Amino acid sequence: MQSSNGRPGVQSRDAEYEDPWYDALAAGWGESAEQPAPVPAAREAGAAAAGPADVYLQVQRSEAFQEVRSRYRRFVVPGVIAFLVWYVAYVVTATTAPELMARQVTGAVNVAMLAGLGQFLTTFLLTWAYARHARLRRDRAALELRWDTQELSRSRGGAA
Amino acid sequence: MTGDHQTLALLLFSAFVAITLAITTWVSRHRQGSAEEFYAGGRLFTPMENGFAISGDYMSAASFLGISGLIALVGYDGMLYSVGFLVAWLVVLFLVAELVRNCGRFTLADVVASRMRERPVRIAAGTSSVTVSVLYLVAQMVGAGSLVALLLGGTSEAARAWTVIGVGALMVIYVSLGGMRATTWIQIVKAVLLLGGTVALTVGVLLRFHGDINRLLTTAAERSGHGEAFLAPGLSYGGDWTARFDFISLGLALVLGTAGLPHILSRFYTVPTARAARRSVIWAIGLIGGFYLMTIVLGFGAAAIVGSDTVRTSHASGNTAVPLLALDLGGGAGSTGGTVLFAVVAAVAFATILAVVAGITLASSASVAHDLYATLRRPGGKQRSEVAVARAAAVGIGAVAIALGLLARDLNVAFLVGLAFAVAASANLPVLLYSLFWRRFTTRGAVWAVYGGLVPSVLLVLLSPVVSGSPESLFPGADFQLFPLQNPGLVSIPLGFLAGWLGTVTSDEEPDAARHAETEVRSLTGAGAV
Repeated sequence: MQSSNGRPGVQSRDAEYEDPWYDALAAGWGESAEQPAPVPAAREAGAAAAGPADVYLQVQRSEAFQEVRSRYRRFVVPGVIAFLVWYVAYVVTATTAPELMARQVTGAVNVAMLAGLGQFLTTFLLTWAYARHARLRRDRAALELRWDTQELSRSRGGAA
Repeated sequence: MTGDHQTLALLLFSAFVAITLAITTWVSRHRQGSAEEFYAGGRLFTPMENGFAISGDYMSAASFLGISGLIALVGYDGMLYSVGFLVAWLVVLFLVAELVRNCGRFTLADVVASRMRERPVRIAAGTSSVTVSVLYLVAQMVGAGSLVALLLGGTSEAARAWTVIGVGALMVIYVSLGGMRATTWIQIVKAVLLLGGTVALTVGVLLRFHGDINRLLTTAAERSGHGEAFLAPGLSYGGDWTARFDFISLGLALVLGTAGLPHILSRFYTVPTARAARRSVIWAIGLIGGFYLMTIVLGFGAAAIVGSDTVRTSHASGNTAVPLLALDLGGGAGSTGGTVLFAVVAAVAFATILAVVAGITLASSASVAHDLYATLRRPGGKQRSEVAVARAAAVGIGAVAIALGLLARDLNVAFLVGLAFAVAASANLPVLLYSLFWRRFTTRGAVWAVYGGLVPSVLLVLLSPVVSGSPESLFPGADFQLFPLQNPGLVSIPLGFLAGWLGTVTSDEEPDAARHAETEVRSLTGAGAV
């Protein structure tokens, strides 16, 4: 499969907005009850004066982009802090307080075993939560911003 | 180990080599020689394919044989590795994968250079990427050498040397002829083989204990000779404070290093979009998580079924635990089942090393050609020549890795891997995160962040007990040891971040708001991504 290169480089960039594997956006399982959260559009009035180099600045200042960025950060920053603290706490406890970790819970299973498996479990859970958050809260808005940005660049003389 | 094992293992392994060479020829027949094709395989792999390939790149023989062996010997302390190797993927998923896919083209330096003055940044990031890759490569080559000695009974120096040379030659063929497309398919084949082998052995262990995990653990504890202590941390890292800090240092390097490994970063460019990159990582987390859960079962299973003492007699650091377990599960030495399972495990381990080595070679040849050569050459060269340089660089890196692999053949493999992770976490991660997230980051900050992590991490290793001052060191005769820990991560990772901050606040350069806006908008939306 995919034996052809079929991408003659720079010229065809503009034709590649769509994702060949995921044309049905945010259409995952079990989420029919929740609609993707809408965000305002990036193209605003009064932007025509700027040059091509300022397209990104203009998009960056737009309400739509600010919303996408803050949604991303509001999820990722607490998430990263949470799992790093949990992991470091686990490693430090395992190396400094082995007695606590050796306490029996049930049968041969002790606190250490549960904590280790808990790390696996939280990793899988956070992965799922991140994917879901990105799909429902960011993907559609990001794709629209991508369109808008490239549209703006082209109308200013093509600094994509 | 009898002759039957060896013949069968060699046959299976030859089959793997034949298949992978066939893939390489088939792929290179249609090759177009563009940089897109060579470095990124045309960017049209599906997330599932890329997820398998990422797992193939990540699950090295050190994990398959090393971690299970460690668990069989020291119990719970070995399990700490599995956890660190997996949790690391959350850093990749949350902070790196999508944004890197959107901003870069082929390498780590692409992401940083888009915001900064290109020349110094590319040279710095290229140098650190090559350093990390070569360290990781040497670890795999040394592993290949000792594996052949262990599994095929060829304990002679000549057999080990020829294995290292053979592995090196094969990887050069894969990479320079097939580029990213061939390398990716080799990773996928290898990941399927490795997971298949691991699932079969895990099912075997669980069947032996009729699915009773509790009895598996109790038996393992009994037969280890340590009793209950075997199931709790402390057997290996519970000694003095140096050992404990060493472990915390390693744990930090493992969890932060993955996101800075060049051959992992380059995998995100083989899919068309950031969403596909995210999907790939989710596949990879599922596969890698499942794999490490199974290595835990295999480790405790080896302790329970084979016995820790038998494992230790066979190999002091436990690398033969899984092959011995396979022999026992198949029906014991001399039986057909045992012979077949043993040979399968040996062949899978070789396949693993070959595939990982090919992935790293490709990433480092990309760094040499795309970052270092493209920056240092005279202006006006064509893109086609960059791919030619990358192919030549693959040959050169292969030669260097073979030479270093032969020189370092007595070093501990796990240590070398830990070191590669520490250097990646110290030199590559800070500059990557600062470029993606810090508005005021400047060129000087970027250069300082790379060298401020790279130089201390390498220097601290040279001054550590690994190189001199103890009977197990590289130079047992000399003593210039100043730094007590084997793994430099605890010190060098904060230094990398600190240097990047210091370089930024002390530079006169005004941060370029427009280029920061470009990086930020592109990284989160995919506008202008290739």
